[in-house]
Amino acid sequence: MLEQEEENCRRSFLKTGLITGAVAIAAGVIGCNSDTKPPGSLTGKKVPLLDSAGNLIYVDEAQIPVHTNFKGITDEESRKGIPGKKFVMVIDLAKCDGCGKCTEACNKMHFLPKEKEWIQVLEMQDAPKEAPYFFPKPCFHCDDPPCTKVCPVDATFKREDGIVAIDIDRCIGCRFCMAACPYSVRVFNWTEPVKPDIIEETPSMERAFQSKKGCVEKCDFCSHMARVDELPACVTGCPMNAIYYGDENENAVTNQAGETENLSQMLEDRAAYRFMEELGTKPRVYYLPPNNRLYPKPDMNNAEENKTNSNG
Amino acid sequence: MAEEKYNLKKEIETVRETCLRPSNHWGRSTRIWIGCLLIVISWGLYCYIHQLRYGLGVTALRNYVSWGLYISIFVFFIGISHSGTLVSAILRITKQEWRRPITRSAELLTFVSLLFGGIMPIIDLGRPDRIANLVIFGRIQSPLMWDIISIFTYLAGSTLFLYLPMIPDMALCRDRLTVCDSRFKKFRKWLYTKMSLGWKGTKEQWRLLDKSMSIMTIIIIPIAVSVHTVVSYIFAMTLRPGWNSTVFGPYFVAGALYSGSAGVVLGMAVFRKFYHLEKYITPRHFDLMGRLVLTLTIIYAYMNLNEYAIPAYMMAAGEGHLLKELFYGDFSKVFWTLQVGTVLLPIIIMAFPKGRSPLILFITCIFIVAGACVKRYIIVVPTLLHPLLPIQHVPESWSSYFPNYVELSVTAACLAGIFLVITLFAKLFPMMSVWEVEEGLVIQQDKQAVMDLRNVRELEEEKTGGREVSSGTVSIKPAVVQINKTPG
Repeated sequence: MLEQEEENCRRSFLKTGLITGAVAIAAGVIGCNSDTKPPGSLTGKKVPLLDSAGNLIYVDEAQIPVHTNFKGITDEESRKGIPGKKFVMVIDLAKCDGCGKCTEACNKMHFLPKEKEWIQVLEMQDAPKEAPYFFPKPCFHCDDPPCTKVCPVDATFKREDGIVAIDIDRCIGCRFCMAACPYSVRVFNWTEPVKPDIIEETPSMERAFQSKKGCVEKCDFCSHMARVDELPACVTGCPMNAIYYGDENENAVTNQAGETENLSQMLEDRAAYRFMEELGTKPRVYYLPPNNRLYPKPDMNNAEENKTNSNG
Repeated sequence: MAEEKYNLKKEIETVRETCLRPSNHWGRSTRIWIGCLLIVISWGLYCYIHQLRYGLGVTALRNYVSWGLYISIFVFFIGISHSGTLVSAILRITKQEWRRPITRSAELLTFVSLLFGGIMPIIDLGRPDRIANLVIFGRIQSPLMWDIISIFTYLAGSTLFLYLPMIPDMALCRDRLTVCDSRFKKFRKWLYTKMSLGWKGTKEQWRLLDKSMSIMTIIIIPIAVSVHTVVSYIFAMTLRPGWNSTVFGPYFVAGALYSGSAGVVLGMAVFRKFYHLEKYITPRHFDLMGRLVLTLTIIYAYMNLNEYAIPAYMMAAGEGHLLKELFYGDFSKVFWTLQVGTVLLPIIIMAFPKGRSPLILFITCIFIVAGACVKRYIIVVPTLLHPLLPIQHVPESWSSYFPNYVELSVTAACLAGIFLVITLFAKLFPMMSVWEVEEGLVIQQDKQAVMDLRNVRELEEEKTGGREVSSGTVSIKPAVVQINKTPG
């Protein structure tokens, strides 16, 4: 099963580890983790992995931290996050044609009505002479999140895996986090949400359906999917392969087509940036500038009708 | 001498009569007034239950404007609550004699507006049923927590501040009112007896009262300042254009003092009219309060200049967009009406002595209080309508905001609640601090005695022709009035 070609291996990279019940960690991280393991307990069974340079390497199974998880994770575990991970998203604006399929997929995944958008596709133009572009905006899962700072009850918090999550069983609905988020990412349940016909037994932070009357909700980087090593809905839903998702520790991100890229290489080559870096929130979502686009740019005259205000 | 003493006694008797009379009397108009208030409150309560049942969606609030009228009114009420501290504590500390007849109403206004101001954010909560989470999972890092702590401290402090000087008055009520024919006789007797805490007017009791009042006077001021400072932090500690401002703390405190002192003038005028206190609350009081309001309005105008002129000069992208909207966009009419009509014009009016006459000052202060209320709205809402990212792909109604009937009804009910508590308070307790006014009379008497003494001396001088000045020739005793307590 693991005797795949290198390309295939790259593609199914994210799945590989967890299918065997192990999280695949790049060589550098294993180095760190193996410090804690007693030496001489190697099994002799080798597992193929990619290192940060993209080379296929074989690592002893015993050196890979094993996480048997998914079911029966406690509230505490889901508050802590998925061990050893640092989730990151890269959005290639050059590929985004503004079709809005990411929003559709997200809404389907999280059972959201049309007016709720956890990932919005905005039409943006920074200055009159500058090129307009489509701007998919999920939650940025900032490393210095202004929203979690102000929560009076610790209902929204930063997990160790980088995800900013909301505990809808604790939220008191003061909406301070909505005022604090400079990106207007958070949405509120103004009325009783329509409940889907599903039963989820994971803690509320790691569910597909996270709507509760009088509570705040937002993009959670599909933490319930990440737990089973799957890609978020917006990534798999993007027909343009514009959204990449992965683990910063692995230094790899993958898109819908299964193209796994070297994260740091990609950020460097494409001159990636983070939105409104000057706010100091340190987002975990990177944008690749929209150069050499293959699709028509957004019609800003048309967009003007949709929007009431933009400072660009 | 005997005549003076007699007059003073009579005066004191009149004060007691004037202050205690309204408590005996429940007129028809009072009942109608209370009835109207109860209707407004019941309707507001119904609307709130409706909101609880169907969620905040029944209000005009939506994702972009997630805070609206409720939070604006919260800030406004907290602002009004600064009146009590200002007039009472500051005037007490500076030993301003003219404060005596107005301290009680000012302290009451603080207490009541704080009570209802504190309720507003709870009404605004999406899950008021989880309010215990604030205690169970409370995070001290959140500015909201600082608010809760400081508001509760201030509420406790101002309750004490209102109650302490009431103790001697409660004893007076206990001894007097219960023998009169009044409504709820038994209840009143019980209430006054409990509230007077066994006050007998002994030296030790007066000493304790004086001491605790001077302690409270000092500690209530920093608490009051802290309250409005941390209220402003709710806004100032976010990364939003228009809120993200370092001047917000002092700006809010200045705004609170400006609206609060105007609120005191309104309270003064109303009680003066309905309780016939013209003898005690004189045009001089309005003149002096007018000067105070004028000073605070000027400070507030100065803070406004800092708050708007500095970002307007730089016109940074996010801030500039909001400022353009305020200066010549959708909000410009309201904005300039507020700046000119409720800040600039009052300054001009109050600068003239005629502008500080009771009627004109009363009208000016109505504008100031109303202006302060709308100003809170102009601070909260336009910023939320101008986020850093464009508002797109949302229903048209989400990109504008005006409070709907639910919010207006609930807010009206809170306002009616304030009036109801004040009315009931005024019916149960004296609206002037009787003992303090009495002491004021004694001090006045003393001063008069000094003046008399000087007059006698002058006459003496004239008689002796200014040649021989000997203190032995005339024997005038200072008109010391036989009152046990020391004026303070």
